[in-house]
Amino acid sequence: MTAVTDPFRLRDPARAEKLARTLRRLAPGRTVKLVHVCGTHEAAIAEHGLRSLLPEGVEVYEGPGCPVCVTSTADINVAVKLALEKDVVLCTFGDMLRVPGSELTLEEARAQGADVRVVLSAADAVRIARENPRKEVVFFAVGFETTAPATAAVLLGSPPHNFSVLCSHKLIPPALEALLRENTAVEGFLAPGHVSVIIGADAYRELARKHRIPVVVGGFEPLDVLYAVALLLKQLRDGRAEVENAYPRAVRPEGNPKAKELMGRAFEVVDAVWRGIGTIPTSGLGIREELSRFDARKKFGVEAGVGMEEPPGCRCPEVIMAKAVPTDCPLFGTACTPLSPVGPCMVGAEGACAIWYKYGERPRL
Amino acid sequence: MRKPLSEEKITALHGAGGELMNRLVAELRELFPLRAAGEVGLDDLDDGASLSLPQGEVVVTTDSHVVKPLSFPGGDIGKLAASGTVNDLAVMGARPVAMTLGLIIEEGFPISELKKFLSSLAEVLREVGAALVTGDTKVMGKGEMDGLVMNTTGIGVAERIIRDSGLRPGDKIIITGPVGDHGMAVLAAREGIPVEGEIKSDVSPIWPLVERALSIGGVTAMKDPTRGGLAAALNEMARKSGVGITVREEEIPVRPEVRGLAELLGISPLNLACEGRAVIGVSPDRAEAVLSALREHPLGRDARIIGEAIPEHRGKVVLETRVGGRRYLEMPLGDPLPRIC
Repeated sequence: MTAVTDPFRLRDPARAEKLARTLRRLAPGRTVKLVHVCGTHEAAIAEHGLRSLLPEGVEVYEGPGCPVCVTSTADINVAVKLALEKDVVLCTFGDMLRVPGSELTLEEARAQGADVRVVLSAADAVRIARENPRKEVVFFAVGFETTAPATAAVLLGSPPHNFSVLCSHKLIPPALEALLRENTAVEGFLAPGHVSVIIGADAYRELARKHRIPVVVGGFEPLDVLYAVALLLKQLRDGRAEVENAYPRAVRPEGNPKAKELMGRAFEVVDAVWRGIGTIPTSGLGIREELSRFDARKKFGVEAGVGMEEPPGCRCPEVIMAKAVPTDCPLFGTACTPLSPVGPCMVGAEGACAIWYKYGERPRL
Repeated sequence: MRKPLSEEKITALHGAGGELMNRLVAELRELFPLRAAGEVGLDDLDDGASLSLPQGEVVVTTDSHVVKPLSFPGGDIGKLAASGTVNDLAVMGARPVAMTLGLIIEEGFPISELKKFLSSLAEVLREVGAALVTGDTKVMGKGEMDGLVMNTTGIGVAERIIRDSGLRPGDKIIITGPVGDHGMAVLAAREGIPVEGEIKSDVSPIWPLVERALSIGGVTAMKDPTRGGLAAALNEMARKSGVGITVREEEIPVRPEVRGLAELLGISPLNLACEGRAVIGVSPDRAEAVLSALREHPLGRDARIIGEAIPEHRGKVVLETRVGGRRYLEMPLGDPLPRIC
């Protein structure tokens, strides 16, 4: 074997070096706080050690980018209740099983006899419903605009009568806006590539204009991320506040009209509670009245319930609000590890704490 | 005429210490060219074996082998059991002299398969000149276990013991070949993942390679990166040696097919097990000479200096990524897959 040939052009060391030089030229000479909202971005940054390539003073935070982490405890309580008390088959994504609710995780509910199953998609849950016509099957739907269209497609595709959805889907642009209200230090957004494939780069124009904040849509390879950060720094240097698309190979200005149309037909925009943030107006998706027979909340008459605070010492809310990085938390890596997570950011594979733990990330090595 | 069942499949009687077991053992032992390393050996079928060992420090290691599937591209449980044992001795600086073998077999296991695996095991011992000196055979009921488990104890002798804790700041870190082949080969075979251009396990005895390195001198620490892969081996060496280690991702050899599949599965190749590699710490003045010596051997063709021990970041491993970033390479929580060795 000769020198390891790199199958991934977007990890090319020479190009990276060139970008790093560009970044150094763009050094702002002060602290600049940038936020992305995507576990995949955080994983790329941590895995490739990109923070160490940013100019002095440039800080990048994950923010509310992990759908599992921002699912409210109230919603988890409802899921636990459905699974334990209503004798349903509760289907959800694997990461959701270990997120603490007020009393129990879904995993603990399963240990108490509840039928909780891990699925990879909403369609998997429908298949389980068809295979078990005498059981009620509930899909606990979490995720941003990336996963919501798949749930919409299932709801609109005449699912069986014994299928319903506990809908906890959330929307990214309102969360960015809420974040700016709470954390005025944020000066730029690296917008999530996957979400933007659906909603399009234009979806951030209002935010950029209204708050005079630069937004750059970025991809997930190391050079994608570095390039997007360079564009953000350039905008800041030039005093611009625009939406730029640094991921045009996947993201169009208008997004995916078909997926947006499906979401529009299945869901209506509602206020939603985000773990670590609180209620954000028009930031969630509820199931439309016409499809309410598939709405698990209505079908089983379970109320939203009350959420809870994080355990003492856990700084997940600050991590989600881009006010702290995982290593700022005294529990990180000691009392709180992926094997025994305390807060939601250590549970979800897209959570900042889980990612920092896995890749040995530090603010600057 | 059809053979009696007992000649095709393992039955409970094969492990019952009687005539049937003696016949089986007599047949199997013929596979091993070296059957004694002292006065009492395998052929004596005594309660134990005795060893006449050359001068030096005696090294003993033990291991159980539970790999699933039993055969995988590049090897099988027999080759793995012998290599794993020999390699543990080798990275302590010990020439393998003798091995014991405990077999636990599920009732109904095909005898032809058993012979095949023992032949692979015997081939490894022949390669390194170690004897199989004693053994044990037990049979468990159908369904009480999964096929075949091997337990081995290896005995070797070292002129100078090499520890995994001997790194000093400045020492160069050498890996003797591409990492992650074994873990990925077993994973792909187990899950039936179609692979373009077969991924073969690197399982092999590394004593011949290690012997070359030792003959040059300057080796300060060694470890075989098995479970938890290179990441676990480097972290252990850093912690135990009380030094930091910095490695360059660009220099760490990973076969493109292993890298590609790992990427697809979201696994780091640096966390995947090797069964025919060594991580070697060498004092800087000897590093190039050791590297050249390793590269002359087929198993060490792709050997590389991947980094060095440093006084900073004690107990930690710093990875310089391909794009020029830096992060800690953490000790994996556990191997990404069970039953790989």
